[in-house]
Amino acid sequence: MSLLEPSSRSLNGPSIRRSTKPPIYTLVGVLILVALLTAAPWIFPAEWSAVLLNFFILVIMATMWNLLAGYAGMISIGQQAFIGLGAYATLFFALKGMNPFFTIPLSTVVCALIAVPVTFLLFRLRGGYFAVATWVVSDTAMLVILTVAYLGGGTGKAMPGLQGLSPSETAHDAYLATWFVALIVVVCTYLLLRSRLGLVLASIRDNEVAARSAGVNVQSARRLIFVIAAAGCGAAGAVLAISQPFVQASNVFNLQWAAEMLFVSMIGGLGTIEGPIIGSIIYFTLQQFLQQYGVWYLIIFGSLAVVVALWQPKGIWGAFRERFHSELLPVGYWVRESKTKE
Amino acid sequence: MSDALLEVKELSVYHGQLRAIDDVSLSLREGEILAMIGANGAGKSTLLRTIAGLHKPSSGAVLFDGKDIAKLTPNRRVALGISLVPEGRRLFASMTLEENLQVGAYRANKGSFSIKRVYELFDWMPSRRKQSTWQLSGGEQQAVAIGRALVANPKVLLLDELSLGLAPIVIERIYALVPEIVAHGVSILLVEQDVAQGVAVADRVHCLLEGRTSLVGTPADLTSDQIDHAYFGADISHSNATGDVAE
Amino acid sequence: MIWLNIVIQGALVGGFYALFACGLSLMFGVLKVINLAHGDMAVVAGYVAVFLAPHLHIPGLWSFVIVVPIFALVGYVLQRTLIQKSIDRDPFTTLLVTFGLSVVIENLLLEIYSANGQTVNIGALITKSWHPASIIYVSYVSLGVLAVAVAVLGVLQLFLSKTGTGRLIRAVADDREAAQLSGANYRHIFGIAAAIAFATVALAGIAYGMMTQFAPTSGGINLLFAFEAVVIGGIGSLWGTLVGGIALGVAQQFGAHINPQYQVLAGNVLFLLVLAVRPQGLFGKKTALS
Repeated sequence: MSLLEPSSRSLNGPSIRRSTKPPIYTLVGVLILVALLTAAPWIFPAEWSAVLLNFFILVIMATMWNLLAGYAGMISIGQQAFIGLGAYATLFFALKGMNPFFTIPLSTVVCALIAVPVTFLLFRLRGGYFAVATWVVSDTAMLVILTVAYLGGGTGKAMPGLQGLSPSETAHDAYLATWFVALIVVVCTYLLLRSRLGLVLASIRDNEVAARSAGVNVQSARRLIFVIAAAGCGAAGAVLAISQPFVQASNVFNLQWAAEMLFVSMIGGLGTIEGPIIGSIIYFTLQQFLQQYGVWYLIIFGSLAVVVALWQPKGIWGAFRERFHSELLPVGYWVRESKTKE
Repeated sequence: MSDALLEVKELSVYHGQLRAIDDVSLSLREGEILAMIGANGAGKSTLLRTIAGLHKPSSGAVLFDGKDIAKLTPNRRVALGISLVPEGRRLFASMTLEENLQVGAYRANKGSFSIKRVYELFDWMPSRRKQSTWQLSGGEQQAVAIGRALVANPKVLLLDELSLGLAPIVIERIYALVPEIVAHGVSILLVEQDVAQGVAVADRVHCLLEGRTSLVGTPADLTSDQIDHAYFGADISHSNATGDVAE
Repeated sequence: MIWLNIVIQGALVGGFYALFACGLSLMFGVLKVINLAHGDMAVVAGYVAVFLAPHLHIPGLWSFVIVVPIFALVGYVLQRTLIQKSIDRDPFTTLLVTFGLSVVIENLLLEIYSANGQTVNIGALITKSWHPASIIYVSYVSLGVLAVAVAVLGVLQLFLSKTGTGRLIRAVADDREAAQLSGANYRHIFGIAAAIAFATVALAGIAYGMMTQFAPTSGGINLLFAFEAVVIGGIGSLWGTLVGGIALGVAQQFGAHINPQYQVLAGNVLFLLVLAVRPQGLFGKKTALS
């Protein structure tokens, strides 16, 4: 299953290459896409921007969930804890007088800081018990926030600092903020997975015992990924809070975010960068079409996720990748045998 | 061999990507004791486990009483009369000695072995039957594991590495029971790393090297030199294997 | 007196939690599966009781007579099909599949029955209670549920320790492969364990429906409580689950006493505390731990 250019002809031993160089058409395509999406509020109708904004939020969350589950092997149904905390951190700083947009990096850091001690509790459990424990953490975070009247308690609070701008300006700014956060998250994830840490993660995922005996500090790697995923979800929560000018606990801490992240990643393809993006596209398309039928889109999507888990666990992108042997955003390595034979 | 009770024909089994068993054939006659010997990783346990139904062969067949049993799940094979005493004993840790035997007896075939009979065979058991398995020594656990397989009244008893982790005198005591088990009409296919023990108790010996048959014969016919060579891999005395290099 | 009441009320609700949790505990102990749809199954049982029982002219209190066997069958079938398939893949898959099922079930219920609260109608019994002392009221229904919980746990314990099938279940839980080699059809055993788990879940769901109102999303919070009860009591111990449930109940009542908003939070805090200080729970074996 080797792919590209045979430049290792003269080597004696096996050579190690990146899976493929991101094909040139990917790079060009990405650049065009980036330009289009940045200009979106001005060239597309306003409703499209709103949909794209929510799409970006989902992409951020799904990419983070995929990082946790597909690469670090931790299934979490409690990431909404950090979405909520990110949203409320933004609210908090905005209430203190900061420009909401500037709070985004701050909220991200806050979530990362909170995630660290949480890992010490959560990492005592494994598998399904870990998963439900993440949910308990999320539930607890929500309950604690609900007791804080300053942040709006049960009824919620409007995001201050946005009233000065016109609605369309706010929408534009919110859109751009979300788009850039999404771009940064995906690019950083891509770079991370191409880095040494990415290789470490793949080794843990494939064979933990072997990784440990090769000297990999499994616990630290997992902790780092959990914190990164928390930060990413915190960023998602921050932009979520800005885009929906009313922050309410039951919304930002809702288990539905977990369901969406999970389904999207599963269907799109676990363990790939493209997977969450593709899954999000499908999800949103489905949602748009089935909007008037209440929650049927969720039922369908959930059933689809179950089917995918049982019969095609690699998801859509995984299946495509296997069949056509190509990748848009490669993060792996290939070891190619030397061309010289005895 | 038309009167073979258990037959393995040109069996190949993969362990992931490794070919653990490579084109192995053997047969076990009624009332016979066949010892499979070979080094660690030679494929002996894999062979037993495949016969018991825990592994699927990639090619070849396992025949019992002349019939292909490929489609049968492990528990169906027990009902047919094939019982495996697995490597490492694998007793039920949360249960007592007696409960372990009771599990073995639950779907038992008709035959001479009952729990009572096992208690007669191992006379130390009745007084300790309410004890948990972790309170038993290695040799005692091995006895319970054998008893658990026996109460199902198998026609073929597969014994995987009985001597593992046991003191020599304990091993001797356990192997002393083997002829008595056979006397009750059970045929035995056993796997042993301890060559001397295997050869001492067996009617016939079958040596595996890296998944392939390297030597077959009766203890009387085979010299210890031949066995050594077959075990370690230099200079093979029988068909298939070509000059493979050992460690 | 107030503290006594807290303990009593906590124990009463704890009994319910234990009933809810024992199915979860069994599924994990035997099948090594965490059924994230566990809570939702209980809610479905409640809906079946509310909407099916009247058709068969069965009074609310006796609806369990038909619902429990139905659920036992559903559990067996579900295990032999979907759950077995996901077990054959890996533990990852079982989590994803049961989570997916959970979302699908909740939203289906929402579509079919709307978000309105439902109760299992037991007439005037809901209001009756025993009044032993000044502020202590012990509702008959809660007491009944606690009694049922203890009875179910007791019967289950006896079944597992004294019967042949129970022994097989324990054998499969200890060492699935060795059990196969001893002649057990482990898939069938899994099915039986799942059937038992679903039967208890049905009981718990109906009990819940008698005690309070339920809605399509009620499953989630109860799964959380069941899970907390199991972890606090100790993974792998049935009686531990009872103790864990009671501990959880008492903690929640205590929290509610300080401030009604703190009720669920207090339970969560106890759970996190146990996780921090004694992760294997009060009576647990260290199987689910890292």
